[in-house]
Amino acid sequence: MSADTDMGYVDGNAVIGAFTEVFGSDVSVVMLTCAACGAARRFVEAHVYDRGPGIVLRCPQCDEVTARMVRTPSEVWVDLRGVAAWRIPANVVI
Amino acid sequence: MAGRLRWQTGRVVAIREETPSSKTILFDVPGWPGHLAGQHVDLRLTAEDGYSAERSYSIAGPVDGERVELTVQRVPNGEVSTYLVDDLRVGDELELRGPIGGWFVWRVEELLPVLLVAGGSGVVPLMAMVRERARTGGVAPFTFVYSARSAAEVYYADELAGRARDDDGLTVSLVYTRSAPAGSHRPAGRIGQSDPDDLGWKPGAEGRVYVCGPTGFVEAVVGMMLDRGHDPSTIRTERFGPTGG
Amino acid sequence: MAIVTRGFRGRRDASAERLPPGQYQTRDFPVLSAGPTPRIALDEWRFTITDEPGSPVRSWTWSQLLELPVEQPVVDIHCVTKWSKFGTRWEGVSLDTLFASVETSAGYALVHSYGGYTTNLPLADLLGGKAWIVYRYDGGDLSPEHGGPARLLVPHLYFWKSAKWVNGITLRREDQPGFWESLGYNNHGDPWREQRYTGD
Repeated sequence: MSADTDMGYVDGNAVIGAFTEVFGSDVSVVMLTCAACGAARRFVEAHVYDRGPGIVLRCPQCDEVTARMVRTPSEVWVDLRGVAAWRIPANVVI
Repeated sequence: MAGRLRWQTGRVVAIREETPSSKTILFDVPGWPGHLAGQHVDLRLTAEDGYSAERSYSIAGPVDGERVELTVQRVPNGEVSTYLVDDLRVGDELELRGPIGGWFVWRVEELLPVLLVAGGSGVVPLMAMVRERARTGGVAPFTFVYSARSAAEVYYADELAGRARDDDGLTVSLVYTRSAPAGSHRPAGRIGQSDPDDLGWKPGAEGRVYVCGPTGFVEAVVGMMLDRGHDPSTIRTERFGPTGG
Repeated sequence: MAIVTRGFRGRRDASAERLPPGQYQTRDFPVLSAGPTPRIALDEWRFTITDEPGSPVRSWTWSQLLELPVEQPVVDIHCVTKWSKFGTRWEGVSLDTLFASVETSAGYALVHSYGGYTTNLPLADLLGGKAWIVYRYDGGDLSPEHGGPARLLVPHLYFWKSAKWVNGITLRREDQPGFWESLGYNNHGDPWREQRYTGD
């Protein structure tokens, strides 16, 4: 817990709530395939930048943006262009 | 864990100082659906003019009816953590949303050995697993390695000492990074810096590893384990930033 | 609706007349970022203005940038996440200087950064003494966390327009939304009219 261990990002655990609220099922067990490099990683392993105007998820393999979310007072905007595939265990889908 | 997340109101029923810079806060949340060890909640604070801030905190205790226990570390200049540690009082009401996350969790049905590696306040969800194991009479062997700067910054110190003595199959190892108290089993230093056996966990060992702490800590521990040939599929991680506030 | 948290004010000081609506004053300088901080070698650094057809119009190396006339704007900055910081001191080159030798009929600019960030604004918001490429902050070199080696500074708009790690501008006849403008944030971002989100 000191500045020397701050690498600028946290991981997907920090934003499970925000994404789960929107998608209606637990995203923490979802596998994302990065559209840029093809790496398949769990949502929780994404590098997350969440102290800016919105939430930015990046692929832990290549650092490209996989998903973005912005919450305005009246809407939630989501950009999932950076994800080639979402692999969702059937038992978490409502 | 399916079901749409929604904000609920929790009332503070107890606060206790964990260390000089952290507090354990007990909430009563009517309608709380229960949770798994390792899950967290989002808290939302709202000022009178509508300004609001959200943060995610790990739950420290096992399921206990409608009670939810958090331990919050004061982050310098952190607008949420400084409020929670310095200003929150018993009887206050806050909004929270949860439980959150079905990946960084441990269930008593899992019988394989477990290695828990905590850095600083990353101890919170791992302590929830240790407590859940005790609550349910779990038999999975637990090795708990907890890195803290000094003895003064160790959360749950008395309870950990008691559990290390009394809980069958639980091994607790404290690693001090800045100053080690007299009688420590190792000098102060980061995990693996001087002793590659700090983790007491051999590559190829069957079981699961949970690592939680600041991003730099988690990257260092996982990097070290991968370098030594540990199987990445056995390692689950949770990173938070000191800027988390 | 949200319940009010007793005694919670957030990281905010008393308000001041210099504050745009909905903002609070901060004395520290929060670091907000959408990605990893790029490390850019100065001998490889370039700033390029490109015309819409895609051909570079002008390009500057680091040493060429430093040779241009220096200005020292002292400005208030306003972040859309609601903090404002008063009297920030910068050093750099006016966009008027960089555009002095550029002929264009384009009305819009898309600003690019190392790391891939983009932000858009009307060219008119970059000219007329309103914007700079800055490389020093508060008497020292601009740190990587705050956008060094060089960032854009457009203080009359929300600070997400002041792109960190800036490396170029594409001139455009038609406006193209940037990184945040394409995801719910206001296309223009005037803090005094509280243009935070799409539709404000």
